[in-house]
Formats: sequence, C-alpha cells, structure tokens
Amino acid sequence: MTLLEIRNLHANVNGHEILKGVDLAIKVGEVHSIMGPNGSGKSTLAQVLARRETYEITDGEVLLNGKNLLEMKPEEAASEGVFMAFQYPVEIPGISNAYFLRAALNATRKYRGQEELDAIDFLPFLKEKMRLLDMDERFLNRAVNEGFSGGEKKRNEIVQMAVLEPRLAILDETDSGLDIDALRVVARGVNTMRSQERSILLITHYQRLLNYIVPDYVHVLVDGRIVKSGGPELALALEEKGYSWTEAETIRAAG
Amino acid sequence: MTTNAETIRDLAEREYKWGFVTEIEEDRVPKGLNEEIIRVISSKKAEPEFMLEWRLKAYRHWASLEKADAEPKWANVKYGPIDYQDIVYYSAPKRKPTLKSLEEVDPEILRTYDKLGIPLAEQQRLAGVAIDAVFDSVSVATTFKEKLAEKGVIFCSFSEAVERHPQLVKQYLGSVVPYTDNFFAALNAAVFSDGSFVYVPKGVRCPMELSTYFRINAAETGQFERTLIIADERASVSYLEGCTAPIRDENQLHAAVVELVALDNASIKYSTVQNWYPGDKQGRGGIYNFVTKRGKCQGKHSKISWTQVETGSAITWKYPSCILMGDNSVGEFYSVALTNNYQQADTGTKMIHLGKNTSSTVVSKGISAGHGQNTYRGLVRIQKAATGARNYTQCDSLLIGDKCGAHTFPYIEVKNASARMEHEASTSKIGEDQIFYLRQRGLSAEEAVSMIINGFCRQVFRELPMEFAVEAQKLLSISLEGSVG
Ligand SMILES: Nc1ncnc2c1ncn2[C@@H]1O[C@H](COP(=O)(O)OP(=O)(O)OP(=O)(O)O)[C@@H](O)[C@H]1O
Ligand SMILES: [Mg+2]
Repeated sequence: MTLLEIRNLHANVNGHEILKGVDLAIKVGEVHSIMGPNGSGKSTLAQVLARRETYEITDGEVLLNGKNLLEMKPEEAASEGVFMAFQYPVEIPGISNAYFLRAALNATRKYRGQEELDAIDFLPFLKEKMRLLDMDERFLNRAVNEGFSGGEKKRNEIVQMAVLEPRLAILDETDSGLDIDALRVVARGVNTMRSQERSILLITHYQRLLNYIVPDYVHVLVDGRIVKSGGPELALALEEKGYSWTEAETIRAAG
Repeated sequence: MTTNAETIRDLAEREYKWGFVTEIEEDRVPKGLNEEIIRVISSKKAEPEFMLEWRLKAYRHWASLEKADAEPKWANVKYGPIDYQDIVYYSAPKRKPTLKSLEEVDPEILRTYDKLGIPLAEQQRLAGVAIDAVFDSVSVATTFKEKLAEKGVIFCSFSEAVERHPQLVKQYLGSVVPYTDNFFAALNAAVFSDGSFVYVPKGVRCPMELSTYFRINAAETGQFERTLIIADERASVSYLEGCTAPIRDENQLHAAVVELVALDNASIKYSTVQNWYPGDKQGRGGIYNFVTKRGKCQGKHSKISWTQVETGSAITWKYPSCILMGDNSVGEFYSVALTNNYQQADTGTKMIHLGKNTSSTVVSKGISAGHGQNTYRGLVRIQKAATGARNYTQCDSLLIGDKCGAHTFPYIEVKNASARMEHEASTSKIGEDQIFYLRQRGLSAEEAVSMIINGFCRQVFRELPMEFAVEAQKLLSISLEGSVG
C-alpha cells in the first residue's frame, strides 16, 4: 500500500522555484533515502511535506494515505502522522522537554479522538524512549533544545519521533554533527522504529548512515528534481563518483 | 504564513470578555474635587477626625502640585491632559456596604463576580483563598473572616479597619507611601474610598491565601483604593489582587496606593494579576493605571516579594518597590508586563538598600505586540551603610510584530564599594521557526504562541500561587490573540 505519493511537485520560496517537478512514491513500511548536493532542495521537500507555510506550491499534488496533504495545516499533517526531524532543531526557552512532549502527544491524541495522557502515565513512557536514545534523564526538565549541543539536539529529535510514533518520519540530516557513537545510537533508535506500519524518509549526505540504516531505495535530488533512483548500492556509487556523475548521466539521458 | 496569520486574526476579534456593565443603583458624589468633596467622602464613611485631617492635608498638598503643574511627565507614556474636575470620586452600590454575611450583598454584584469567575459564595470559593471584593469605591464582601480571626489575622475592608482598628491604621497609614510622595499618591490619600487591610500578628503564618478583587463598574468614576498590609514579627502572608473593568470609550483613572510593612523575620508575598480594560484596537478608552506600591522591610531578615502580571490598562505607570531597611532583608520583584494594540506600560521597581547584607532580585519580562510600547524602568540604590548588599537584575523583552517597542532604563546608584551587582538584559522576537517547530509536533498556532510566551514568562509564573499561575497563563494567551502572524 502506498503511504506517500508525490506527483510533479513544484514549490517556490520568495519567488524562486526550488522544487521543479518531484515525483516520489513511498509504500508503507519502506525506508527511502534522499541524497543530493547542498542547495538542491532536500530540506525544502521535507518542509513542504511538513506543511511549512513559507513555501508556495505552484504545481503538483501530494497524497498521504489517499488524503490531500497540501491542504493540511502543519499541525494537521503532524496529527495525520507526518513527523520531521529538523536539520536545525529550534530552541523553546522556559518550556521543559517533558512538558512539551506531553503537550505534543496529547494534541495528536486529541485529534485522533484518543484520551489525553496525564503526567503520571506519560513519564515512564518518555523515560523508556530516552533510554533507547541514551539520553540522560536530566534532559526531561531542561528547556527544549536550549543549550543542547548539536548532537544532543539531533538525538532529542529522535526521542520526539519515538514518542510521537509517526506513520511517516522524515529525517533531515539527522546524522550531521553526530559523533561515531551517537550515530550508532541514533541508528539503533531509528531501526527500532522501523516497522511494517511506518515509512521513513532519510535525508543525508553520507553513505555511512546507510550502513547502519539500510534503505530500500536511494534517490538523488539535483536542482529540484529526482534525477536518479536505485537501491542501497547507488549510495556507494555516489560516494565514489560524486554528484557530477549523476548530472552527466542525466544530461546524456536527456540529450 | 497566511494560515498562521488568519487563525490568530480570527481569535483577535474576540472581545475583552470582562467588559460588561452591572446595573445597580449607585450612591455617588457630584463630579469634581474640592475640600467639600473630601469632607463628604469622609463623612459618608463616618471616619474619625484623624482620617479627615490626613485627607485634607493630602488634598492641599495635591492641589498645590496640581497648580504647579507637577503631574509626573517623565514616564515613557503619552496621553492627553486629565481633567481632575471631570471625575466622580466616590461611587458605591446603594445598599449599605457594611455587611454581616454574603446574603446581604446585592445579588447583581454577586452575579458580576460569578461572571468574572470570582465566586464569593462560600460553597463555590477557591479552596483556601479568602477574598475581599472591592466594587467601584467600596468593599462589598470579605469571605472567611471568622476562620482568619481564630488566628488573629485581620483581613477586612479599609473602612472597617478605620472603624475597628484605628490604632493600627493611624500607626501605619502613610508610613511607607506618605501623601507627599508623588502627585497620584497625594490624590489617592485625599479621596481613597476603600481597599483592603491586613494585619498578621506575631508568629502567625496566615493559613490561607488572601485575595482582593477590584472591579470598576460605574461610568466617569475613578477608583482610588488603598491597601495596607502589616506582617508583624515572624509573621508571613501571601496576598493576591485581581482587577477588571467594563468597556467604555472614555478613559478612567485608577490611582491606587499599596503599602506593605514587614517587621523582624516577617515575609509578605504580594501578587497582582492586573486586567483592567485596555482600550479597543484603535486605542480608544481603557484604564489609566497610575499606582504607587511600596514595601518596607523594616525588620531584620524580613522579606517582601512582588509578583505582577500586567496585561490590562491603556496606560500603566507602576513601580512596586522595596525599602530594605532591616539588616539581611530581602526584596524581590518578578514582573510580566504585556502591551498589545495601543497599550503603553512604564513599569519596573526600585530597590533601596539601606541595611547590611540586604539583597534584591529583579526579573522583568516585557512583551510587546501590535503598537504596544513597553518600558522597564528600574532603580537599584545601594546606600553608604548597606555593606555587603547584592542585586541581581534581569530584563528580557519579547517583541511580536514590528510596530511595537521595548525600552529599558536601568538606573544604578552605588554608594558602598562592597556591593555586588549583576545585570542581564535581552531582546528577542517570536520566530516563525519556533511556531512552525511546535506546529510540526501537533500544536495549533495559538497553542504554539502561548507555549512560547509561557516559556518566556516562566521565571515569573512560578512565583505565583499555583491556581493563579494557571489563570495568568490563560489571561496572557487571551490578551495576545490576534497579535501574531
Ligand atoms: N527563505 C528562503 N529564501 C531564499 N532562498 C531560500 C530560502 N529557503 C531556501 N532557499 C534556497 O532554496 C535552495 C534549496 O534549499 P534547501 O535548504 O532545500 O537545500 P538542501 O538540499 O536541504 O541543502 P543542504 O544540503 O545544504 O541542507 C537553496 O538554494 C536555498 O538557498
Ligand atoms: Mg538541508
């Protein structure tokens, strides 16, 4: 069954066209990886899927489980199961991680008509997820991302994903800035989340991550279009030959 | 950003929900101010001679200031001239205000307080909170009086205190804020009609939160209440005031005075949630909130802590201060001041260190939205004798939109070289990135904004009594609706 279907997606920011016709289909339970040069539009794609309103959609359509994703507000998309781990997580001073996450989970539960969780039920659940990511319990009461190191912020994103249990998890360069041990921990967290009910879209620059989280498909995004798709071996070829190789191939294919 | 802007704009259309008028019969004096009016007010209240004399002295002082055009103009706020002869200085519900029980209160007034969420009826009251309610000029009900009396705590209207505890009133009235203090303090001393009075005897911890609810109802009236709180040696008390007023096109003047006295080892915690009518979106109407609040840490190891959440009023002019006389005394000021639409606030504190090893903490959080102008003005003065004094000041401003302003004027005067002073300041904006981050996690745009604001104000909210912290958070989100986008 297809979870996400992107057809001919065009998106502008400040009048500049960034996405120039993206096509991508992700089935339930699959892990896809998107690679591509800096500025090619990977984060733009992620944020369009998360419904950030600074991006203007000029053409195309996106279906999530058959529903029109492009008509949803960010919080609706979130409640429908779209989660994005930010490339640059944002700080929310004065609001504890635990409070924030319970509010987030309860907002989603409310949307789905489920009962809200009180602090007593929520805390053990959160602690378990934090253990999975080797996060110390003192992060429970620290303000969201405030003063976190780069790597801690990234790990915190995955804790949030584990709590919110999304249907579609988009990880935007979660591996960047992680040390070798942290990379393993995060990969373990993601792999634990990998399931038949969940699809994952991994945006990364490094083939190394894909040794730990082995994707079903790899796509190459160049200048707002997916120019090449393949299996995990595509990532290895890219590592070796660089993006200019795919560009050359595209030109040859087009010519 | 369209959706953000739209959802929040919709909510903005919601009106000030405390803006209704209660139809009751009023007993009011004619407009204007002169010695005759002062005498009428005093006689309506059947006051002893010393009160009338004090009022008259205050009036004469005020009249001389008025003549000399000495109304303070230094605050960073703008408003047209106030015609002091065009104000009604006394208005009271017609039924006799000295009441034995709640059954005697005009049912219309009880309904008003119910509507405001301040149920006076004993069975509905907030558990453990004693409430005094001031309606226009007079106090209409004080709950829990007997229970407090068992401990020897006096909590009553100012009028009743004048009648039944004249010695205490005589001893402390004007001892912290003399009528000569400033223009509005003089005016208040001349015409104040009621307010709350608290005395906590030696060694007593007040067994419950004390609370006063102020309500301006009548048109063209000013409200001039006066609060006096005395914590005797080793006593402690926590007191909270809340305020609302109906929507009216003209501005109304509120010039209150609060005096606190803490003796040896005593502590007073004074919290305010101020939500006077702020005026409409074009800046018409609203309350002028010109208030003098000051606490004296008279005894050693005494402590006075001010916490304020100021969301209402067209103009706020207010500097709750501490005079740290006793050695090792402690003064605190925690403030959230919000200005939206055309509101203006010039608020802050004064910490005057006189005793040895005195310490003070100032945490001010200013939020400006719309065309709001928010000024922090603070003075920390370390006098010569105040060896070992310490101050920590933190002033943070949060801007929402680009038509509002935040200003900070910290004044520091140090006359003793041993003083340790710390000052931190910051100005920030609510970012679209923060709102999007929270919405990506499932919160609505409004929930996101209110969470960010609450985070910003956390250091202040955690100083409020629990049940009021929740109220304050809600109030803040409501006051801000329509300001983000
Ligand atoms: N708000 C904006 N205003 C102008 N240009 C923008 C804006 N946001 C993104 N862009 C541009 O859009 C292009 C795509 O950016 P995007 O962040 O999607 O790239 P990316 O593929 O994620 O790159 P990286 O690998 O560096 O993270 C870039 O050229 C960027 O400068
Ligand atoms: Mg990116």
